Amino acid sequence: MNSTSTYKLPFIALSIVLVACFFVNISFGSVFIPVKAIFKSLFGAIDNTSWQYIVHHYRLPKAFTAILAGSGLGVSGLLMQTLFRNPLAGPYVLGISSGASLGVAVVILGAGISGSILSTLLISKWSLVIAACLGSFVVLLAVLAISNKVRDTMAILIIGLMFGSITTAVVGILSYFSTAQKLQQYIFWGFGSLGNLSWYELLIFFIVYSIGIILSIASIKALDTLLLGENYARSLGLNIKRNRFIVILATSFLAGTITAFAGPIAFIGLAIPHLTRQIFTTSNHKILLPAVCLLGAIVMLICDTIAQLPGSDYTLPINAITSLVGAPVIIWLLLRKRKMVF
Amino acid sequence: MTKTNNHSTLKTENLSIGYVAKKQKKVIATGISFELQKGQLVGLVGENGIGKSTLLRTLTKVQKPLQGDVYINEKNINALTQLELAKTLSLVLTEPVASKNLSVWELVALGRQPYTNWVGALTPEDIKHIEKAMELTDIKDLKNKKCYELSDGQLQKVMIARALAQDTDIIILDEPTSHLDLHHKAYILKLLQKLAVNTQKTVLFSSHEIDLAIQLCDKLLVMTPESVIIDTPSELIAKGVFNRLFPENLIEFDGKTHRFKIKN
Repeated sequence: MNSTSTYKLPFIALSIVLVACFFVNISFGSVFIPVKAIFKSLFGAIDNTSWQYIVHHYRLPKAFTAILAGSGLGVSGLLMQTLFRNPLAGPYVLGISSGASLGVAVVILGAGISGSILSTLLISKWSLVIAACLGSFVVLLAVLAISNKVRDTMAILIIGLMFGSITTAVVGILSYFSTAQKLQQYIFWGFGSLGNLSWYELLIFFIVYSIGIILSIASIKALDTLLLGENYARSLGLNIKRNRFIVILATSFLAGTITAFAGPIAFIGLAIPHLTRQIFTTSNHKILLPAVCLLGAIVMLICDTIAQLPGSDYTLPINAITSLVGAPVIIWLLLRKRKMVF
Repeated sequence: MTKTNNHSTLKTENLSIGYVAKKQKKVIATGISFELQKGQLVGLVGENGIGKSTLLRTLTKVQKPLQGDVYINEKNINALTQLELAKTLSLVLTEPVASKNLSVWELVALGRQPYTNWVGALTPEDIKHIEKAMELTDIKDLKNKKCYELSDGQLQKVMIARALAQDTDIIILDEPTSHLDLHHKAYILKLLQKLAVNTQKTVLFSSHEIDLAIQLCDKLLVMTPESVIIDTPSELIAKGVFNRLFPENLIEFDGKTHRFKIKN
């Protein structure tokens, strides 16, 4: 029956594509390593220890970071679009990533101001994550509070932009008072990078990401109900306040931790849910949630592979690539207005 | 099926409705007392801005009454949880569904939310209710269509099917016939009448189609600036209630043809 179809085929196909993208991603980098050697190094030691080191300590963590970041951003975009019932909502557009950036800025730049002893304590990875999650949570609460007053779709987006501006302003003030070294650290972080994560950092990333995903899964039914609008959802016995809080918490964890570790990554959160709806023509979050995860991971791996500029020594900022891929997708979707429904 | 009309599904006692804004009470109507029984189709009529929506919102626990009580199956709605209420009372609102990307089947299936597990999985029992609701509203052919592909009339049938799938004793509809052409207005109201009789639900709807409502409803709730009156259409006509419905300078109710006429 079409109406309850489980989309087995697209799921299997996407899983295969994901695995393929994963291997393509770890096969390319600034150092050329034969594909054979890469496969061997995955399943045991190889003679060339520097190759082994590159694969194990650089390429593999980076590929996993891409998977976590892509799927997490996709999910938070999906959550935002349903929660705000706004097809243009996403963690970046709504200023949630900006909020996370602000948290990071306060930790990195603020630490420089507050003294050196404190700063070594503050810039542990955990504090970065916590600050980023808090930052996105605060912005989300603010956007939500305003969206209750302003029903207009466009107004909410403009408010998101304004939060972005406020963040930039605060970061500007902070950077004025901070050392050149701290400033450089922050600016490099702001470019966004999937690399440079140690396995330990990846573990922290994965823990917080998992909390976000678990909360998202717990919200599936609520999200489905919210598709009808809040008044209908209430008439179906949904506790709107509680569920909205859980969704916001999930988004904060996902967007916050991703921003903390990979920098502010644009457009993935907005574009992935729409791309997913092109393949899976359903509104059912039981289907959409895993689909968004798969597609987000795939797109992020592809973006990262492009950012590597295979065969060259350069690595482009990941944020530039995702914008180059994501922004045209949004324009294309806007032009085909009807497909922009969520 | 034996008709047990001795207990009311929806009852109000000395209800006052209105708003409290900035510590000031704005009273819209007072002393509303009525009882609705199973299998009844009841229309709520009155001029624009008289407070029909406020009354419906108060009956559905969206807003608090200023005074008095609402009872559903002889239980005070204040004593019911949101979920218990969802299992006894379903709504069709004037607002469009938020996601036009929902397919008809998905939308009707959402009516089963109060009964499904934490992830919203449908049991065979749920699917039976959904299929039956679609059959009763005659929308089986539409089941794979998306909401944005539907006409207003079809969409209204789908929304009614969703309310049916919720399997409640009472269905309340807020202006289900607005935006529809005359044929579909009549079709929807006739459908509601059929549903009230066949499923023995209490169906309460607000409408401006007074002449259609007179022909189809078991009872009418008439809101006038002075009072809220409930009775059978013929009694209301005999009492001349409809003449007091609107300001008298423009239209008048003709008791013979059961229609409003423009005054010369």
